[in-house]
Parts: sequence; C-alpha cells; structure tokens
Amino acid sequence: MNRHSVLYLRTAGAWLCALLLFFPIFWLGLMAFKTEAQAISTPPLMFFSPTLQSFRDVMARDNYTGYALNSLFTSVLSTAIGLAIAIPAAYSMAFFPARGTVGLLKFILSSRYMPGVGALMPIYICYQYFGLLDSRIGLTVMFMLMNLPIMIWLLYTSLRELPREILEAARMDGATVLDEFRYIVLPLAVGGIASTALVCMVWAWNESFWSLNLGASNAGTLAWLIASYSSPEGLFWAKLSAASLMAIAPIMALGWFCQKQLVQGMTFGAVK
Amino acid sequence: MNRLMPRTLLTPAVLAIAIISIVPLLITLSYAFVKFSLLAPGEHAFHALENFHFFFSDGAFLPALQNTFVLMFSVMFITVLCGAALALLINEAFPGRTIVRIMLISPFLIMPAVNALMWKNMLLNPIYGLFAQVSHLFGLTPVDWLSQYPLLSIIMMVSWQWLPFACLIFMTALQSMDREQLEAAGMDGANYGQKLRYLYIPHLGRAVSVVLMIEMIFLLSVFAEIFTTTGGGPGFETTTITFMIYQQALQSYDIGAASAGALFAVLLANIAAFFLMRVIGRNLAK
Amino acid sequence: MKRLVVGAVCAGLVCAGNAAFGATELVIATVNNGHMIEMQKLGKFFEQANPDIKLKWVTLEEGVLRQRMTTDIATKGGQFDLMTIGIYETPIWAKRGWLLPVKPDAAYDIDDLLPTIREGLSQNGVLYAAPFYGESSMIMYRADLVKKAGTSIPDRPTWDYLRDVAAKIHDPAKGVYGICLRGKPGWGDNMALVTTMANSYGGQLFDMKWQPQFTSKPWKDAVTMYVDLMKRYGPPGSSSNSFNEVLAMFNEGKCGIWIDATIAASFISDPKQSKVADKVAFAQSPAAGSERGANWLWSWALAIPKSSKHPDAAQKFINWSTSKEYVKLVAKEAGWANVPTGTRKSTYANPEFIKVAKFAAAEGAAIATADPRKPTLKPSPYVGVQYAAIPEFQTIGVAAGQQITSALLGKSTVDQALSMAQQAAEREMRKAGYYK
Repeated sequence: MNRHSVLYLRTAGAWLCALLLFFPIFWLGLMAFKTEAQAISTPPLMFFSPTLQSFRDVMARDNYTGYALNSLFTSVLSTAIGLAIAIPAAYSMAFFPARGTVGLLKFILSSRYMPGVGALMPIYICYQYFGLLDSRIGLTVMFMLMNLPIMIWLLYTSLRELPREILEAARMDGATVLDEFRYIVLPLAVGGIASTALVCMVWAWNESFWSLNLGASNAGTLAWLIASYSSPEGLFWAKLSAASLMAIAPIMALGWFCQKQLVQGMTFGAVK
Repeated sequence: MNRLMPRTLLTPAVLAIAIISIVPLLITLSYAFVKFSLLAPGEHAFHALENFHFFFSDGAFLPALQNTFVLMFSVMFITVLCGAALALLINEAFPGRTIVRIMLISPFLIMPAVNALMWKNMLLNPIYGLFAQVSHLFGLTPVDWLSQYPLLSIIMMVSWQWLPFACLIFMTALQSMDREQLEAAGMDGANYGQKLRYLYIPHLGRAVSVVLMIEMIFLLSVFAEIFTTTGGGPGFETTTITFMIYQQALQSYDIGAASAGALFAVLLANIAAFFLMRVIGRNLAK
Repeated sequence: MKRLVVGAVCAGLVCAGNAAFGATELVIATVNNGHMIEMQKLGKFFEQANPDIKLKWVTLEEGVLRQRMTTDIATKGGQFDLMTIGIYETPIWAKRGWLLPVKPDAAYDIDDLLPTIREGLSQNGVLYAAPFYGESSMIMYRADLVKKAGTSIPDRPTWDYLRDVAAKIHDPAKGVYGICLRGKPGWGDNMALVTTMANSYGGQLFDMKWQPQFTSKPWKDAVTMYVDLMKRYGPPGSSSNSFNEVLAMFNEGKCGIWIDATIAASFISDPKQSKVADKVAFAQSPAAGSERGANWLWSWALAIPKSSKHPDAAQKFINWSTSKEYVKLVAKEAGWANVPTGTRKSTYANPEFIKVAKFAAAEGAAIATADPRKPTLKPSPYVGVQYAAIPEFQTIGVAAGQQITSALLGKSTVDQALSMAQQAAEREMRKAGYYK
C-alpha cells in the first residue's frame, strides 16, 4: 500500500463518514428555508426556491435575542467559573496524586448519578426558598454545578497525558508552581482545555430540563425557543428547523473556534 | 509547601461537588418515605416503604430495568468503537480535514429534543421520512422503525448524538501521542496493525475510560428522545427507569414515588459505575 | 361585604403601586397553537387600550406547559400572572382553590359562550377559566374519493359502515390509505380517540363506583374495531402518529378518511398548505349504540392563578381576549377563516364566518353534542368526555394508551392489552384511595 493510495482511502473514508453523520443536520438546515407545505412534501424536495419566511416568523413571534443572550450569558459564565474551579483541582490530582485520588474522582462523578427529574422537586423548592427561580444567576449556578464533575474528569485526563519530565526539568530550574502552571502546563494543555470548554459549553447551551423548570419569562434560554416550536397543533417543521438553526448558530461558531485550538495543542514531541 | 498546596487547589471543587450531591440526595431521601403528591401539597404523612413498593410493583419496572441497560451498553459500544475508528481515521492530515472535523462534531450541537423530532419525522417515518424514500429507490418496502424496532431506533438516535463526543475526546487524546515514538516504530518496520495494537490502543485507554464513565451518566438519564418519539411505548418497549421516574414526578405528580425511583436510579448508577471501574479503573490512575 | 372592602383596598393599593412604579407587566404562559399565536400578535391592541399594562408572552408546547404550570401553581410560585389551561385541569385546580373565578365585565355576554364548553370550565356554576379556543372531533373525508367509490358518508354512521367505506377507497398502490387515525400513545393522543370510540359503543371510563372499565364489552369492541381499521386500511407507522403527522399525510392526499379534532378542518381546507383543500367534506363522528360521548370536547382557556401578582390586570386581559369584540378584531386583522372557534355562539351565527368556513356547521354541531357533564350512555361519576377530570387520569390514560399501541402493532392481543390497562388503572385508583 503506497502512501498515495493510503491518503486517497483515508480522505474518501473520512469524507464519507462525515457526510453521513452530517446529513440529517444538512437536511434540517434545508428545511428551514422551505415553506411548511414544501417541508412535508413527498417525495422530499431537493430543489426549491428558498424563503426566509420561517426565520421572520420566529423573530417576530419570540424574543430570540432575549433568549440567545440568556443562553450566551449562562453557558459562557458557567463554563468560565467551572474551569476556574476545575483546572486547579484537576491539576492537583494529576500532578500530585495521592492514594485517595481515584476515590475522589469516583466521588466527584457520583454527584451526577441522580437523574435530573428525580432531583427536580428538591432543587425547585430550594431555588424557590432562595429566590433564585427565573434568574440568570440561578441557571448559571445550576449549569456550572452540573458540568463541574465532567470538567474535572476531562481535564484530569488531558493533564495526565502531559509528560512529567518537562515539569521536573522546570522545577529543577527553580520555577514556582504558578510559573510552572502558566508557562509550561497551560500552553501544552490548551487542546484539552479547549475541548473540555467546548463540550461543557455545548451542554450548558443545550440544557433544556433545568432551563425549562427553573427559568421562566426572564431567564429563559434558547431551550424555551425550541419548546415554543415543538408539536403545536398544526404544521411546524419549517419553523422548528429555522428556530433550531438560530439556536445552533452561535454554538457552531464557537465549535469552529475551539477546534482550531485542538490543532494547536499537539506538539509535544517538538517541545522535547 | 507541597502538602497544603494541592489540598487548597482541590477545596473549591470538593465543596461545590459536596453541595450538589448531598443536598438533593438528603431531600430526596426525606421525600421518599412520605406520602407527597404535588396536587395535595399540604399532606406529608409518613408512608414507610409504600413509595418503593409502588415503584417496584409497576408492571413497567422489570422491562424498564432491562431497557435501561440495553440502551446504555449498546450506545456505549457503538460510540466507543466508531468514535475511536473515526478518530484514528482523521488523525493524519488530508485535504479538507478541518471541515470534516466540524461535520463530525455537529450532531453533538443539536438539542436532544430537536434531534428526536428530526429523526422521528424527517428520517424514520415510513411514509415521508428519508429512510423510506431511500428504500423506495432500491425497491424495498420501508421499515417502520419506531413500530417494529423501537428500542433500536432510540439506540440509533442516541448513538448518532453521542458519537461526536467520543470522537472529540479520542481526537484530543490522539493529538497528545508521542510523535517520536511513532516515527521510531515506523522506522523499525512496524506496520499499521502493530502500531495500532501496541501504541494507539494503549494510549487511548484512559480516554476510553473517561468516555465510558461520562456516557454512563448521560445515558442513564436519556429522556427527550424517548418522550418525543415513542412515549415509552409500545407497551413497555422503550420505557427506562428514568422515564418511569418522569412519569411519577411530572405526570402523576407523585413526588414520593418519584423520589423512591430516583434513589433506586442512584443505586443503579453506583452498581454500573462499580463494574465499569473494575474493568477500566486501572487506566485512570496510570 | 368584607371581601369587597378588602378587594377595594387592595385594588386601590395596586393602582397606587402602578402609578408609582410604572407599567404593570403581565406574564402570560400559553400554548403554541395558532389561535394563541394570533392573540400574541394582536396583544398590541390591548396594550394601546391599556397603556399601564405590558404583556409578556411565554409560549411552550402543551406537555411542557402543563408540567411547568402545575409545578408553579402547586408550589404557589407566582411566576405567571395568567395561565392557559385545558378543560381537563380546570375542574381539578378549581376544586383545590388554586384559581380565581373569572369576573366578566358588563359587555362580556357570558351567556354567549357555548354551553358545553362553559359547563366544562365551571365549578358549582362559577366560571374559572375563560375559553378562547374549543374543539370537538368529527369525520373529515375526501369527498372525491368517496364519490368515485360510489358511496357516501352520512352523519353518525356506524363503525361497520365506515369500515366498508374505508375498504372501498383504500388504495395503497396509489398511495392512498383508507383511514388514518392517531396511534401515538398518550392520554391526549390515541386515548382521546379510542375513549370516544368506546363511548360510542356505550362504554365509559369508570363506572359509578370508580372502577375502571377497560375490560368491559364496549371497550373491547371499540379497540378491536380500532385495531382492525388500522391494520387493514391504515397507513404504516401509525404508532408514532399524532395530530400533526396525520395532518401532514392528509394534506399530501394520502388519507381517505380522518377522525380527529375539528380544528384540522381549517388546515386541510387551506389551499396554502393542503393539496386537497377543495376536496374535503365533513360528517359527525360514528356511533354504535350511543351518540353520547362519540365525539370529544376540548378547550384551551385563560385562568388566573391565586398566586398571580397582578390579578386585576389579568382579569382585564381575559375580558378583552375572550370577548365578542376580540373575535371581530381577529376577523379584521387576519380574516374570518382564522378567528378562534369553539367558544361563542355568536361566531357560529355570523354569516361572514359561515361563508368562509365550510366546516362551521359541522364543528358547531359536534361541540353542541359533547357534554362533559353527561359524557356517556350510562351515568358516570366523572366530568369529561374523552378524559376524567381527576388527577389520576393522566397516568391511567398514558398507561392505557401504551397498551393500545401495543395491540395496534400486534405485539399483544386486544384482550391482553386491555387487561394490562385495567390493572394499571386499578393500581392508580387504589393508590389514590378511591377504594381499597
């Protein structure tokens, strides 16, 4: 197998898988530009004159900007605060492992064992007591607490990948822990941090259950927008597709940015 | 300096985790032993084990237990296998790699509720769904997915949504492989299969463990897909333990029974975690 | 008397508060149906007439809305000033004292409300929620196909007769299915239809001793007919079809007969979305021994929770949005084809409405014959035609719906499915303390 054919196969295989996986979303996107009647037609229409009517309907009817800003606020802030707590914790467990480290990891993950719907009433009543219902802060705290265990696990994994020798070399050169962290660990771990941030931000962005139950007219996120277009009595697929596109658009941009960071975090051999 | 420092770094995290895990657990524990219906808010009579009895004696309980595990392990299997394969496939440069990466991650960005509606109406419907249209193209009768293979359809949907996550984690892990080691092995005459067995797969060990543990949590609480497409039916074929808890909490408004179910779910998760950790636990601390 | 004084003082304080702090913000939680969306668009007229009130709309789909509002109202959250609730919740919540009675103003003409709908939304003669949308169910069919087959569909046919018609027009080779019905499990999905079928065979949900009746003969006959119709003359994939899915099929010309909510009539007659808009006709639902309960009654209504922060502003909005003038406003802004139906007698008597809506007469007749207080042939202890206004009903309806879907797919026999439904129902009723 010469190099050329390997590259050819690799390219073909990767593109095929990617297209197959991406196709439903492409179709959803297409539907956003159809009318309701075109959206349900059989056989499915591939060629049609696009219209922006569904987007206009969504914008006119719902407070898209309000919901989007709330989503942005809650997901970015919850991820940022989460990272601020999780990075030190993961760093400590990865580079200063003790006997209880695996046990601690297990405990951290166990906070997510309770299914959301089971904890709904207790948390709802707590939130009501503290006046946190329908507040952006309340939602941010919830998303942060939900994602924190996963963040710690993902960061721990990527930090463990880093070669220890570099740190030891730096320590011998007299670097403090903070220097170590800022100048050596952080640049190397950018890829892991970026992917963790991306994953957690997406989860916070798409989080519907808590957003619908703990939020209301003020703090509602884009989950409310989607819930407004699901299954009314009447045709709705074009509008739902438009609303979904409008809900994903910001996070798609973020995804593209983060995956660029992934590429950068890969040069360990060169560092040596 | 060095005993205190790691502890300090850990403290905020441990505190936060303790709050989010212990407080709801305690409150749920208290609800599980009383008669608490949302539609009769004042009454909280002590109910001993009645809630548990009610939850376990539901005709749906045993099927739900089975479905929960089948769903969980099937999706785990599919996503880890295909995720790793895809990550290995795109590990080397090739034209259009960036776009392929974005396309591979995109299913992850869709809200589960939209995902469910999309699959149900656009893809799986035996009359106007895409799968049916493609079947017609090949002259086959379309399969009525949600009627004949409901659990399999749900597994398909959830796997589609979670494959990008596994792929992303594996992609990141592969980026951190030691290039020099790979080149050295290549020069020593190792072919791809050998590289796979002795270099790639062991390196992915930790990533696989993490993916499995994280997926376990999310898959145990899959809900939107089931609710939107099959509503737990037909019969009990797609009812899971989480779905049963949802039915108690937000349909019967019986918070007592829902809490009992939630405690059971926590127990289940602990058991599943225990077995998973036995299998993959050593990879974590390596 | 004391109430009036307290009320006046409170009203005075509220007014003073408003004057001091600016506009009152009224948070309205509503369902995402067409008429509500229309109301949202026309809300600006209300705001113009009442400059001290601002409307804030929160729209959700039905299932999520119901959960969210129940949680809020049961915990006295006060996050919504006005709620859209169904005719199922109204008696339950009114009985628990969670709702404020509707206070119609002088021009409201409360007697103009359709009697059956008004009955369903009242408790002890007091109206607790003002209807802005009502529906029943009826047969909608393709007049062209039925005529070509040389037959017709009268009002109130028997189920056997309807089956024969479906057989004649069933032509899957040309992509036309004889009859399309809901199949998705759910108390508001397939169960709404199957319960009316059972009613039409002389059955009921519970007997006077609150024993579930799923294993009784009328239910057996109804479910057997339902499964038979769908297996022989129905489309594939019925088990996940609810209203929207069948609507999409009917609009594409794939269904010969459809029995469902009367609002479907407005969609399938709309040339903008239906390929068969000019070919549809309507008839009253089938009956096989009982016309009582053969078609259902549903209404969405606006209600004020006791925990509402602005009850007076809420009352004003209810008076505005469910009045005769509002209907005329919708007609002026969106046309008579889009006015909210199923609420007022005056709408059905209006010649312009009748001209535009071919289904008006059939819909009006259907709603008039669906009486939630006397829903079945034999006396029943519950209120509601296709539901029972008790909290336990949601769970029972879902469980029964799941079993019936299982029978529909042939995964269990009709007898097995009904006996499983009966067991689940008895279990719920026993837990709720109806009997030991």
